[in-house]
Amino acid sequence: MFKILRKEEWSPNVYAMDIEAPRVAKKAQAGQFIVLRVNEEGERIPLTIADYDRETGKILIVFQAIGASTMELAALEAGDTILDFVGPLGRPSEIAKLDGTMVVVGGGIGVAPTYPIARAMKEAGNKVIAIMGAKTKDILIMEDEMKAVTDEVLVTTDDGSYGIKGFVTNAVQALVDRGEKIAQITAIGPVIMMKSVADATRDLGIHTVVSLNPIMVDGTGMCGGCRVTVGEETKFACVDGPEFDGHLVDFKGLMSRQRMYRDKEAVEKDHICHIGLGGDK
Amino acid sequence: MALILEKHKMPVQDPEVRAHNFEEVALGYDEETAVAEAERCLHCKVPQCRKGCPVSIDIPTFIGKIKERDFDGAIATIKESNALPAICGRVCPQENQCEKHCILAKRGESVAIGRLERFVADRELAQNKEVKPVERADDAQKVAVIGAGPAGLSCAGDLAKKGYDVTIFEALHKAGGVLSYGIPEFRLPKDTVVKKEIENIEKLGVKIELDSVAGRLYTVDELMQEEGFDAVFIGTGAGLPRFQGIPGESFNGVYSANEFLTRCNLMKAYKFPEYATPIQVGRHVAVVGGGNVAMDAARTALRLGAEKVSIIYRRSEAEIPARAEEVEHAKEEGIDFQLLTNPVEVLGDENGWVKGLRCIRMELGEPDASGRRRPIPIEGSEFDMEMDTVIIAIGTGPNPIIAHTTPGLKTTKRGNIEADEETCATSKEGVFAGGDIVTGAATVILAMGAGRKAAAAIDEYLKSKRK
Repeated sequence: MFKILRKEEWSPNVYAMDIEAPRVAKKAQAGQFIVLRVNEEGERIPLTIADYDRETGKILIVFQAIGASTMELAALEAGDTILDFVGPLGRPSEIAKLDGTMVVVGGGIGVAPTYPIARAMKEAGNKVIAIMGAKTKDILIMEDEMKAVTDEVLVTTDDGSYGIKGFVTNAVQALVDRGEKIAQITAIGPVIMMKSVADATRDLGIHTVVSLNPIMVDGTGMCGGCRVTVGEETKFACVDGPEFDGHLVDFKGLMSRQRMYRDKEAVEKDHICHIGLGGDK
Repeated sequence: MALILEKHKMPVQDPEVRAHNFEEVALGYDEETAVAEAERCLHCKVPQCRKGCPVSIDIPTFIGKIKERDFDGAIATIKESNALPAICGRVCPQENQCEKHCILAKRGESVAIGRLERFVADRELAQNKEVKPVERADDAQKVAVIGAGPAGLSCAGDLAKKGYDVTIFEALHKAGGVLSYGIPEFRLPKDTVVKKEIENIEKLGVKIELDSVAGRLYTVDELMQEEGFDAVFIGTGAGLPRFQGIPGESFNGVYSANEFLTRCNLMKAYKFPEYATPIQVGRHVAVVGGGNVAMDAARTALRLGAEKVSIIYRRSEAEIPARAEEVEHAKEEGIDFQLLTNPVEVLGDENGWVKGLRCIRMELGEPDASGRRRPIPIEGSEFDMEMDTVIIAIGTGPNPIIAHTTPGLKTTKRGNIEADEETCATSKEGVFAGGDIVTGAATVILAMGAGRKAAAAIDEYLKSKRK
């Protein structure tokens, strides 16, 4: 059993939780993820590690309550426990001193997993710029945290309520236009955003890494449910990734596979509401 | 007394009923049938059956005790050599092991050794007997076992009996390995059999740490250098699914058998939405392969409501590697067999969903290195079948995480760990390995046999270190 030490609602339906998992915290590295299961009837869901503290044994997860399982997780409070918390999983991000600027791009709650990457890249001696995208000012997360570990933060909002009006790709373009020498971009967020970033950087020749979020079951390489096509090859995101070269990823295939259980998800959500597990706490 | 040349029949659920439920198909002997079956044993002076058992159970003695109705004595005899008898009695391919060598098999059917083992094991499990933990010295040497499948469980059980302080590290949230995620409920009940047998191993004093992924949470070196383990046994199995590498395998509706069975068995997707994990089964399901895993996947798909399930196998019926009993059960339940057939492409619709399977007919050529006749495609014989779900069950390989994170551990070209056949010793001192991670995908009982051998070798090794 793993105890929830802290729970905060950062914006509507977006929650942050510190989980007490000292063994996972001891080994966690930027870019890795965990798989959790709320209770005995629960499914295994992957969440990227947003922060870790080896001293206090805490792992920070940030998630959006969109489906039955994340709604159930969101219904728990500090002091409650979750049944299973497995990790760290996946390959860590490659951390190195680059010949140029490191840019992390986070969209929506994808900002959270870019935070440990930005911090590790900064600690490795790089100039780090963070681009954070949100639909509107109210749902922007982790701005102060990100400012503390980077040289510069650019915020974009779709409606222009804060920062640059437009999408994260507009901010990337702004950096290019001002002559910033970008060595690498790591983009994490909705698939459509990662695809747009990869499309925008392809012609510019900027090495672009994306962190993929396909459907997973075990997260240890034994089922292949998370398989993605990368440069004509089939890869398992849980053991070969989750980070891959964004210019080689078959995003269309990824988006299609993410829709595999759409009808079942609707049934499940309805079931949860019906028996009152989700919203009555 | 005249010889009875046929096994006593074991009652089974009616095929038409069982094709729609997940309850166990074979119902087991009652006491009278078990005694009558035991009486068929001729008690050969030189029993051949024992040679066929990978863990060398004293078969004539336990059968003799059943004859005398000393059922407690019979299970005690079995447990001297086998830590999981209720499981082995159900899933061993006895026709290729103990029962193959039975003298009666030359004239008729062998003694039903597997069914008798199952009978005494089930009887004991039903009684919920107290298992006494083995006494352990305060300064007992510590052994880490990686993987809670059949190899790891049997190794851990034996080592605990010898007085060692044993901890199993398991990546999933449930122990059992393939017993929990792979073999379906209708062949191997989880709560009444698997869970109880594992609890019996824990009662011997074995600790099981779940949710612990070796190579990520800790490395083999860290276990030995930082966590104080004196020896390590690696029993991580062959859990990495193979795909065929044909076009269309990433369409929605294409599963590896591992994923399909894990969703159903471990995550209980057959009880969706009471359990949260979904599974997608169409009207017509193709299962590619001819092993036990293929039979399990096909029969599972049928129980999940598929109208038609077809096994697609590239050789003929004679070469099917699955247990004879399972093939028979599958046929009784109405599984369609497309033999001498091989898929060449998965066909999909514009939304990325499977809509069919393009196959080619095969013929058998000369025997290959494995001694089986090699399948050869018949040119121009391609044809399409409508399908909404395709399950690939063509085998599995070793999971690479441990090998990648353990410097100095030798592996073969295929990624299996190199280990001595008799002692299970690897290239690294104090590290032993056995089961599918060494041999490639094989049987439950062979993995258990390897676990036992390793336990004996680890005992020798640790004794010598104590001196």
